[in-house]
Amino acid sequence: MTTVRKLRMRQAIAAAMADEMAADPTVVLLGEDVGAAGGVFKTSEGLLETFGPMRVRDTPISEMGFMGAAVGAAAAGLRPIAEIMFAEFMGVALDQLVTEAAKLRYLSRGEYGVPLVVRMSAGPGLGFGAQHSQTLEHWFAATAGLKVVSPSGANAAYGLLRAAIRDNDPVVFIEPRVLYGEREEVHAGDDAIAALGKARVIKPGADVTVVALGQTVLTAMAASSGTDWSAEIIDLQTLQPWDRETVLDSARRTGRLVTIEANPMAGGWGADLAATAAAELFGRLRAPVLRVTCPDLPVPFASALESRYVPSPDYLRHMITAIVADNRLPRAWWEEEASA
Amino acid sequence: MRELLEQETSSAAPQHPWLARRAVLSDPVERYRRMVEIRCTEDWVKQLFTDGLVAGSTHTCQGQEAVSVGVAAAARPADTVVCTYRGHGHALALGMAPEPLIAEILGRESGCVGGVGGSMHLSGRVIGLMPTMAIVGAGIPIAAGVAWAAQATKRDDVAIALFGDGAANIGAFHEGINLAAVWRLPVVFVCENNLYGEYSSISDTTGVTDIATRASSYGIPGEIVDGQDLDAVTSAMSAAIDRARSGEGPSLLEMKTYRYSGHSRSDTGAYRPAGELETWLARDPLQLYAARLAAMGAASPEELEAIRTETRQSVELAVAAAKSAKEPASDAMFRHVLEGVR
Repeated sequence: MTTVRKLRMRQAIAAAMADEMAADPTVVLLGEDVGAAGGVFKTSEGLLETFGPMRVRDTPISEMGFMGAAVGAAAAGLRPIAEIMFAEFMGVALDQLVTEAAKLRYLSRGEYGVPLVVRMSAGPGLGFGAQHSQTLEHWFAATAGLKVVSPSGANAAYGLLRAAIRDNDPVVFIEPRVLYGEREEVHAGDDAIAALGKARVIKPGADVTVVALGQTVLTAMAASSGTDWSAEIIDLQTLQPWDRETVLDSARRTGRLVTIEANPMAGGWGADLAATAAAELFGRLRAPVLRVTCPDLPVPFASALESRYVPSPDYLRHMITAIVADNRLPRAWWEEEASA
Repeated sequence: MRELLEQETSSAAPQHPWLARRAVLSDPVERYRRMVEIRCTEDWVKQLFTDGLVAGSTHTCQGQEAVSVGVAAAARPADTVVCTYRGHGHALALGMAPEPLIAEILGRESGCVGGVGGSMHLSGRVIGLMPTMAIVGAGIPIAAGVAWAAQATKRDDVAIALFGDGAANIGAFHEGINLAAVWRLPVVFVCENNLYGEYSSISDTTGVTDIATRASSYGIPGEIVDGQDLDAVTSAMSAAIDRARSGEGPSLLEMKTYRYSGHSRSDTGAYRPAGELETWLARDPLQLYAARLAAMGAASPEELEAIRTETRQSVELAVAAAKSAKEPASDAMFRHVLEGVR
């Protein structure tokens, strides 16, 4: 049965975990301050009280240690959800995810699966500075054996997180930190469990396909209202494996493909889409693929700087308007300013 | 009653051959046979590498056989062992047959994981062997997690982490053991101190001589064990496993041992001081145990010689079979990346 409630994304995340923990006694949560404190971003409020300290476990500040423990527990019968407070903290635990978790099924001929979800808060926009603001999807998306998912709001977070917990392979679940407090109607219940690997067309359009992920979905929506071009907006939702069919079908129809990314240009997820579109739609597009990204820099702190670093709706509108006007690639703002 | 039990046993599904190989370790003579098998297999692996049949690298464990067999004799098949790339001896001790092990090292289809793993990546769930891990220290927190799964689901199996002295200086050692200590997890941490981390002596890399002393900083018991003495290893392991199984938490056992070969096949061990190898060879675990069996009257010198001859022959047959096994077809590389994909 589906219920509809208005929830903040952090509440939807807690609800998804609570529903899965209620349905399956092997689902457990571990991480720093996930229990007594309910998560530093309040994404696990109430879970300790409901499910007890054996299933909702506060850990020492030991990402490598508890990530390894999550991998071992997953291989031995639990379905752990490991919370990494800030995505950067994966840096000290990366071995356990990309070198152990992603390869145990392969190296055991399928005898040891790793049904693990690694949740992490990520992304710029809140003034957390250079070491607490990156998105880092590309660290994971290039590793065979992992799936990578990022929700664009409360409703998507609920359905995707439940699907991730049910998946029998390791899933990296990247939660845009700027969205934790955003409220929207959330469809909850078993029927609301989403499918991984599926993008969602959230607004049909004719002139340009705009592919967004996580926090940039809101940017794309805001940028494309009241314009004299119409954008088909796709929420990619799953980055690995990404939904080639939905993206390429849309771009084939509109003839233009734009990605909007909250990460630097170098190695960003849009590069993979652009390369695929170049190969699959060669000669079919009216314009070059446009990637709207952050500059290749660490995330700056000051609001005046960070608000320029992250692509704004105005900037995205400006860029799309330019490419729709003459089918030529507009230069990024920092390139414009460097040549001015 | 006895008849009934026997009937039930005989009507059960046939036991996996690796489990049968595990079960025989209750017999001290079979423990000796297994140590001989490990030695013969490792000598063959060295030869196969020299012959150019083993790609990449390989890490053999001649000299450390008593640790492998003692751990396997003390653990149940339902217990999970997380060990390292120096894992051939552990795999054989736990029950893996020589042929799939050698075939894996040669990259053949009949290898224990079909040839996608190689020397550093052996696995067999039926005997509790998780994929052996080629990142120093990585298995330590993973073993803690395996133990958490047992604790959380109220199973009574335990986890055993095997690692070298080099791993005692990597962060995973600290984080994994601390976590296991504060959660009182059913896990036994076993350090095989063979005195060298890769090419470097422990005295150049480690502030303490005895890794076991580090246990006190986590508030868990630590014990130094003579890793060349099979009975000492078995009894120390049994005690630590019992402790873990009864809910009293983790222990750290340090097995003092020695690898006769270098770190890997490209390492000749030239950095070792003169006479060190000879000193350790004088306490060879196979010879020590053979002498004990003879003294106990468990096996005569002739019987022990027969075991050595038989084992040499059976390992030779396994090598021949592995060498003639097929190379994996290319679709083997696509299997088991994700569940349900291919």
